[in-house]
This record gives sequence, C-alpha cells and structure tokens, in this order.
Amino acid sequence: MMRYALHRLLWAIPTLLLVIVLAFLMVHAAPGGPFDDERAPHPDVLATVEASYHLDEPLPQQLGRYLYGLIQGDLGPSFRYPNYSVSELIGHGFPASLKLGALAMLLAVLVGVSAGTFAALRQGSLTDRAVMSFAMTGISIPVFVVAPVLVLLLAVKLHWLPAGWSGSAGAAKYVLPVITLALPQIAYIARLTRASMIDVLGRDFIRTARAQGLGTRSIIRVHALKPAMLPVLSYMGPAIAAILTGSVVVEQVFGIPGLGASFVQGALNRDYTLVLGIVIFYATLIIALNLIVDVLYGVIDPRVRQQ
Amino acid sequence: MKLLNHYLPVLVLLAMTACGSSDDSDQRSSVLSRAISTDPESLDIHKARSLQALDVLRDLGEGLVSHTASGELTPGVAESWEMADDGLSYTFHLRADAKWSNGDPVTAADFSFAVKRLKEPATGAFYAQFLSDVTSLEALDDQTLLISLAQPTPYLLSLLTHPATFPMHAGGFAEHGERFARPGNLVSNGAYALEAWVPGSLLTLKRNPHYWNNANTAIDEVRHLVLVQESTQLARYRAGEIDITSTVPSENFAETRKQFGEQLHIAPYQNVYYYGYNLTRPPFRDKPKLRQALSMAVDREVLVDKVLGRGETPAYSWVPVGVNDYVPTVFSYADLTQDERNQIARRLYKEAGYSDENPLDVEIRYNTSDTHRAIAVAVQSMWRDALGFDATLVNEEFQVLLANMKARELTQVFRSSWVGDYDDAHTFLSVFLSDSPSNVPGYSSDEFDDLMLRASQQVDADLRRVYLEEAERVLLEDHAVIPLYFYVSKHLVSPRVEGWGDNFLDYHYSQHLSLKAAD
Repeated sequence: MMRYALHRLLWAIPTLLLVIVLAFLMVHAAPGGPFDDERAPHPDVLATVEASYHLDEPLPQQLGRYLYGLIQGDLGPSFRYPNYSVSELIGHGFPASLKLGALAMLLAVLVGVSAGTFAALRQGSLTDRAVMSFAMTGISIPVFVVAPVLVLLLAVKLHWLPAGWSGSAGAAKYVLPVITLALPQIAYIARLTRASMIDVLGRDFIRTARAQGLGTRSIIRVHALKPAMLPVLSYMGPAIAAILTGSVVVEQVFGIPGLGASFVQGALNRDYTLVLGIVIFYATLIIALNLIVDVLYGVIDPRVRQQ
Repeated sequence: MKLLNHYLPVLVLLAMTACGSSDDSDQRSSVLSRAISTDPESLDIHKARSLQALDVLRDLGEGLVSHTASGELTPGVAESWEMADDGLSYTFHLRADAKWSNGDPVTAADFSFAVKRLKEPATGAFYAQFLSDVTSLEALDDQTLLISLAQPTPYLLSLLTHPATFPMHAGGFAEHGERFARPGNLVSNGAYALEAWVPGSLLTLKRNPHYWNNANTAIDEVRHLVLVQESTQLARYRAGEIDITSTVPSENFAETRKQFGEQLHIAPYQNVYYYGYNLTRPPFRDKPKLRQALSMAVDREVLVDKVLGRGETPAYSWVPVGVNDYVPTVFSYADLTQDERNQIARRLYKEAGYSDENPLDVEIRYNTSDTHRAIAVAVQSMWRDALGFDATLVNEEFQVLLANMKARELTQVFRSSWVGDYDDAHTFLSVFLSDSPSNVPGYSSDEFDDLMLRASQQVDADLRRVYLEEAERVLLEDHAVIPLYFYVSKHLVSPRVEGWGDNFLDYHYSQHLSLKAAD
C-alpha cells in the first residue's frame, strides 16, 4: 500500500509540471495583456510596468523564471493587484471556499446517502420515485437559476436570511450558498448511492446475511453500506476538489470572496500569475484528493489492498 | 424517528448558522453600505486606475481641491489659492488643521513628494502624464505650495481633485515602501481611514478622527461591497443590505423604475459611448465621406429611446453636454430629420464608390454585453435600411477587443467609450491629439493639434473655449468616430440616506452623506 501511494506521489510531479507548462503557455497565448485599458497609459509607463514584471523577456525565460520561483514556493506577484502576492490572494480566497465547500459536501453526503439508501430499500415504490424525481430536478436545474430564486424567496421576500455574503454578520450568510452548492451534489450522490445500494443488496453475501436472520438495519449498516459507498467515494475526490476551489456562479451571486470568482476575474483581467497560481493549487488539490480516495478505497475494500 | 439520527448533524448545523445574525443591528444606523462593481486593484494613489478604485480613494484621501455633493469645486486641503496673472503659477494655502489619519499634519511637502513619485517613470503610474504641464511643485513652507505650469491650465483645479494628485504620507512610504497602501499600513488624509480590505469582497472604512472637517462628517463607518453582478446589487438592495448601488441592471429597467420611483437616481454622466473607425487602414482611411455616411445613417434617437430607454441622450458631439464651461460643437446635420440625413448619407455612400452591387463589407467589433449587442444589432439594421449593406457583428471578450483596437490590424469599426478624468472639455478632446496613447482610431490632424495647442496657451477662458470648440468642429467634420450616445449614471439610493447629490461627474463622497435615524 505504501509503495503504491509512493508510486502515485512520484507520478504526480511530472503531471503537475505538464499542467503548469501548458497553463503558462495558454494564459500567455490569450490576446491582450494585464495592463491594456481603454485609457491607455503612456507607452513609456507601459514599458516600465511590463519590464518590472519581466514581460519584456522571451517566453521561455519567463517560464524558467516562474518555475524557479515556484520551486521556492513563490507564486509571484499579482499583475492586477500590485499590493498583493498570488499566495496572499489564494490565502484570502481559499478559507471562504473551503468553509463553504466543506459544509456543502457534508450536507450533500449526509442527505444524499440517506436519501439514496432510503430509496433503494423501497425500490419501485412511490417514495423511491419521489426521491429520484427530486434528485433529477436537483441535477437538471442549474445553479444560476437556483441561487437567485432562493435569494428572491428567502432573502428579498421573506427576509429570513441575508441575500449576500460581504458585509453580512453572523453565520446565517452561510445557509443560502451552502444549500445552493449542496443541492446538485445531494441529487448526484443520492442517485449514485441508490444504484450502488440496489446492486449490493442483490449480491449473494447479503442473501446469506438475510438467511442468517439479520434485520435490514444491521444488514445495511454492517454489510451493505461499505461496498455501496465505493462509487460515491470515487466521485467524491474530484467533487470535493471542485467544490473547495469555489463555484464561480455561487460566489458571484452571493458576493463571496472565494477562489472561483478570483479565477474568472483573473482570467478576464489577464492576471497571468493569479490564474496560474489557482490552476496549480487546483491541480495539486485534485491529485492529492484522488490519492486519498485511492488509499481509502484500500481501507474500505480489502481486495484492492491485496492487488 | 430513527431517520432523525441521520439528519441531526445537519439540523444542528443549520440551527447554529441561523443564530448569530443579530450582532450588528445596533450599529446599522451609523454604517453606510455601498456597492462597487469591481475590486479596486490598489489603494496606492499612483497604482489605482479603475473608476472603482478612484471612488474608494475619494473617501480615503483628499487633494488640494475637492467637490461638493453636487460636484462643484470646493476647497480641500487648501483653504484658498491665487493664480498669477499670466496663469502660469498658482499659490495654494493649506489648512493648518489638515491632518493625516495618524494625527500628523498634512504639509506642502507631502504634495510635492507625491507628485514627484507620480511623475517618476519607475513608479509606473497610469496617470503619470496627468500633471505633465506642471513644471514644478515647490513647498514654500509647511502650508504654502507653489505650482508652476508650462502653459496655462485652466482645469488645474479640477485635476487637483483627482486621487492621482492627492498627497502621500512620506513617513508611511519610508517605512513600508511599495506596501504602504495595504490595510494596516495606509495612512490617509481624507474623511475616512482604511480599516480592513478583503480582496474581492469588502473594504471597511472608519471615520478619520483627525480629518479637519470631521465635525461635519456624519457616518462613522463606510463599507464598500464588491458586487460584480448588477442583479446581485439589486437583490441586496431589495433585501435592505446595501444603501447605494453603483448601477442598475438594464433588464426590466422599466419595472425597477416603477418599483423604486424616487429611490432611482438617473443623471447625465461624463461618458460618451462611441463607435470608432480604424483610420489607418481601408476601408476608412482617407474616406471622410464614407465615414460621414455611416455616422449620419445611425438614428441615435431610436438608440436612446427604443434600445436603451434609461434617460441616455443622443450624441451629436464628442464632448458630452454638461461639461464645465463648454458648449459642445454639434454635427452640422444635427438639425435635419433622420430621413433627410439618410438621403445625404446615401449620396455620400455612392460618392465613396459603394452601391447595392458593390456594398461595403465591414465588421463591427464589440465586447461581450447585452447592451453592446443590442446597439450593434440596431446599428447594423439602420445601415442596412439606409445604405443597403450588411455589417458583420463580431463579439469579442473585452481584453481581445482592446488588443485588436491597439494593434489596428483587424479592427474596422469598434465599440468603445470615454469617461472624463476631470471636469473640462480637454479630458475628452485631448484623446485625439496625434500623440495621445488613447487615440485608438489613429486620428491625426495638424489643424486639430494646432487648435488644441492654441487653446492650451490661452489665459483668457473665453478665448480658450473658442479654440476648443473649433478643435471639436474639425474633429467632427473629419468623422474620426461616431459618437452614439451620452451615458447616464444610475443608482438606487435608500430613503434613509440623506445628502445625496446627483452630479455629472458621478462622484459621491461618503462624507457628504448622512443616515436618518432608524424608525
């Protein structure tokens, strides 16, 4: 297991390097630059500013400089925010995305797994269909529709919750974004759990357990839940990475200073280093979470360990 | 009931979050929340370039001259000044009680220090050329500042309200270097001081107790909330969470107007929306008749009434109506009906060598926005109806459009706009000087340059105005651009906010505002 993990870890390095080089070339290939504006600065000023960020150097040299900084843990200065470094901006944005994402994922797993199991046990019944219709709806309605509708209903009309994040006090500001983020995940996890649970419940070892006279509750808890969770687990790796690095739509609708909004604004502003920094951060997170999921797989399913 | 076990953690979570929302309702009466549409890139007066950053800086700092709520010039750090007879120097007398947020006095040296850094090429200030006519800034003593000019600059006072010309706390800069403008480091001399800044979210400003006019500053805390989406601003305004929006969504505008009535503030704004030609390449290079035909065939009344409908006014000049001490020159065809204009346009179009058999093949480039698209579609159809050619619409991301405009290779007709930097016709007309970096169309006219130079040499305001108006006439006759309409500023202002003044500059200093006590 250790060797396997180590092996995966070593592979992560060239993967990450490839991601960095490709991302670097892509952001620099995009037309326009970080200092273009309708009110153009004087050419001398522009030249000075560009030189101070080494944008006047040939691209390979810039890449080399960037990688050299990266090895020392330096993601460089932000081009858009001259008073902030990219690490600082990620440091500002990530905690908000992390808190929101973690709460949303927690909610999604709790509700999604319960609903999926519940439906699987009543396969074909009206409850099953109701739960699955709800899940289908949750997957199909895009976040940019759900979020404003929730805001309109719960904040503007009923005044139960704040409509936005910034400037709102207390923890109530978490509720709407967390629900918005969690809804599609709940739906997806419920469907995954149901399908997987139905599959597991039809297996021989469950039949054996039933024949031994075990009740449904302990069959689910002791025997079925673990194997049924495997597909959910493999879904969770990338899902957590995606949700933690922030949802652009949710962040913009609620005005949350997360990484998703920074990433999009960074791309629009041609803030090369900020975009690269977030890409690297995101890639690292995905690689790490996939690794963790693989290791957990081994913990849950002993057969994987032996292979 | 057993199912409750599954949901218990979730319920606890929700219960936890639902509780603590009561902690600042007491303070709400002295806290103003206002929206800005993007994060300021920097609060360094020389690194700031967006209108949003400048808005925040006007709360934090103060120049020699400032504005009233209605946008009139008023003494700022300087309590009085005299202009020399030749208009080539000004002497400013600073207030003895002008103080920085740490209690230090604001001195004449703080201004000369700041302007030196502004002009220093290594600073890389976007407004570095702003004071190019200022030859020297001399601190005669702590409270007397002598500004010498290369040529009379009647808009100097207006320039001195701009954040790029604010003073700098030299001690703060010496201590923190380029990081002097960060929260915790920034020493400011305006009505407010920077308390906190969460990038992408919120800037919190607290009253500067040392500000000379602190006694007349009503609001203790100002929060500038970064709300990128117009619809989010509206939702938060409707939920009562912000007092002032920076704009109002164009969708359902009529409904918003109906719903909010007096809370909706629409005012003429120093911003012109225009289509530029690439004058350096065919088909528009050396083709003033063709350019005039296209300009005349656009029915601006339809654009402002039917396409926009928010109070915008049709543009028949380059300089917006309302600029201080200036009467914009208008196109000679402004008095004709649209039918008459179209007839002349058709004739000019033919004279330029185009016809139904040989129609003009041209692209309109605009950046992504519903409004820009609607305008482009309308102009396309007006050109089709009046002149018989089909323009191709090309939608580009803003940075791509800017890059293409700058390169002047692909662009033929492009959408752009120009916001004034100070309240003078010069901020608009100087765009078209041959050597102006913002002269995107590539307009170059000796006659125009010469008239602008003459205007800048005049001490007499009336004579100067005549030269400027004449320069604008030359510009319009050359049809370097198609001015389409003049913007309006659009804000929702809560009834609890008092002291709001609609103005042409769209500057709204928080220090002029106050909040009605809660009922």
